[in-house]
Amino acid sequence: MNSLYYQKKLSRNVGDKFFTSLSVFCALIAILPLIFVVTYILIKGGAQITPELFTLEPNPPGDDLDAGGINPALIGTLVITTIASIIAIPVGVGGGIYLAEYSNGGPFSKFIRFGVNVLAGVPSIIAGVFIYALIVSTKILFGSMYSGFAGGMALSILMLPTVIKTTDEGLKLVPNELRYASLGIGASMYTTILKITLPTAFRSIATGVVLGIARAAGETAPLIFTALFSYYYIVGFEDLFYEMGSLAVLIYNFALEPYDAQNKLAWAASFILVISILTVNIFSRIFAAFTEKTKRV
Amino acid sequence: MEEKLTLFKNRKRFGIEKNIDLIFKNTTLALSSFVAIVLFGIILVVFFQSFESFSRYGLNFLVTSEWNPVKDEYGAFTAIYGTLVTSLLSLLITIPLGVGTAIFITEDFVPKFVREIVGSFVELLAAIPSVVLGLWAIFVMEPFFREFFVFLHKFFGWIPLFSSEPAGRNSLLAIIILVVMLLPIVTSIARDSLNQVPKKLRNASYGIGASRWKTIFSVILPAALSGIMAGVLLALGRAMGETMAVTMIIGNSNVFSWSLLSPGYTISSMLANQFGEADGSQVSSLFYAAFVLMILSLVVNIFAQWLVKKFSLKY
Repeated sequence: MNSLYYQKKLSRNVGDKFFTSLSVFCALIAILPLIFVVTYILIKGGAQITPELFTLEPNPPGDDLDAGGINPALIGTLVITTIASIIAIPVGVGGGIYLAEYSNGGPFSKFIRFGVNVLAGVPSIIAGVFIYALIVSTKILFGSMYSGFAGGMALSILMLPTVIKTTDEGLKLVPNELRYASLGIGASMYTTILKITLPTAFRSIATGVVLGIARAAGETAPLIFTALFSYYYIVGFEDLFYEMGSLAVLIYNFALEPYDAQNKLAWAASFILVISILTVNIFSRIFAAFTEKTKRV
Repeated sequence: MEEKLTLFKNRKRFGIEKNIDLIFKNTTLALSSFVAIVLFGIILVVFFQSFESFSRYGLNFLVTSEWNPVKDEYGAFTAIYGTLVTSLLSLLITIPLGVGTAIFITEDFVPKFVREIVGSFVELLAAIPSVVLGLWAIFVMEPFFREFFVFLHKFFGWIPLFSSEPAGRNSLLAIIILVVMLLPIVTSIARDSLNQVPKKLRNASYGIGASRWKTIFSVILPAALSGIMAGVLLALGRAMGETMAVTMIIGNSNVFSWSLLSPGYTISSMLANQFGEADGSQVSSLFYAAFVLMILSLVVNIFAQWLVKKFSLKY
């Protein structure tokens, strides 16, 4: 009769309890780093935020107590990420269109999909090494060596696989009936793609691309020897072809400085970088969840 | 009737539209080939740039640890050893933690919204740039672990891995920050593959009287194993190529040491440190090191993809 009731001391129940608590423990450890990192950045970085931070140039490291601002790095990050997006989004979306719409799972598309996955796994610093060999050391861009443009190209290599993948997968989710209907009333293939399938898949592609851009904005390794770093304001178009600062490289350089003022600037830059990346991530998550709900209705 | 027929006859597509269609198709084809071009370009460029160093040192480069720009002697053993040790040890810690978290998220110990919050927290952790984690590691984590390392050396100093006096940045800190970075990868892939295990397997196991964890260990985990393995391999590739956080915390020393409590080096941190200022044959040697890193991560990645393809059709 007793065997019908839950027995606490049975070895299977004790074991279950043990492993359940172990798994809860793992989950707690897994979320601790995010909480710690974000809290520290909010406290240490948030304290450094002043209006001058956004307008001034950083002072060169030294005993100077005033570190200045991060304006050139902030603008530099925007410029470099924009260059990367301008290169990676058309190439990626176009490539994704071919994979999803034209190729019928043949050997070529299999090979390209494989290549996309391999490229996604290439270490980010290798992209920097590649651009260094291709552009920086050859001075192929109007004789300039380190430049914001080279940095943008290095970042675009990292964005490319993400953009292709999201386009490919977003287009694959579009129901075939839409394509049949469009082709059936006499539209050509490119009209169908541009007017029917791409707009239908726009939301999921846009979400993926925005996440890719956010990821690229925080990348440092490809920039440290392509865009290098600069202390000076970005004033004109020709600055694209000179050394350009970025928030990520500023954090790296100033975190390793022995001076307190520079370290504080690194915390401030981290604050701005992390807040913007997390905001983009959280919003696109909510957006994606919202889209999914409306689709089901 | 006649009118209608001519109407249909005239409705031909213009030649120009056909051409636009063809041009559009070929443009997308060219753009998708761009991936292959970039990939081969990277491999070829890095290989040719490393050729000088490759012909000079051959495979000896991989097993000697002398790295001396003054004497023009280069060997990358310290960096290769550092890359392998940090990535493998961090993975060893991450696998149980990540799979445990994934089980927590997929089982129903707690209400769904709590699990969703934990899941998105872990995924948001992946969005934090590695340079920021490096900054955090320097100023928060290193002081936090300092006492612990002294203790570790005092009581476990007889193990070669802990045999050196801890002083500031070291390989063990790099391993810890790598665990933080790998956790989201392993967790999210393990969660996806656990979710894909059909529900009837679980029900069958419960039906014949297995307890929850007997079911997890004997039914669910084996069924999800291939997916989890692929995730682990992807994480290994990431760990080997991870640059910023590791460079900032590992201490960057080319002196070889078995101990994790002494400063070390990885290939990527060596590249990050020296590439900007290198010249002469040092550049070629750095390209050689980059080539080694690329081959390592390519092998791991391709193996992971093969694994996914081979085992993903099981259910």
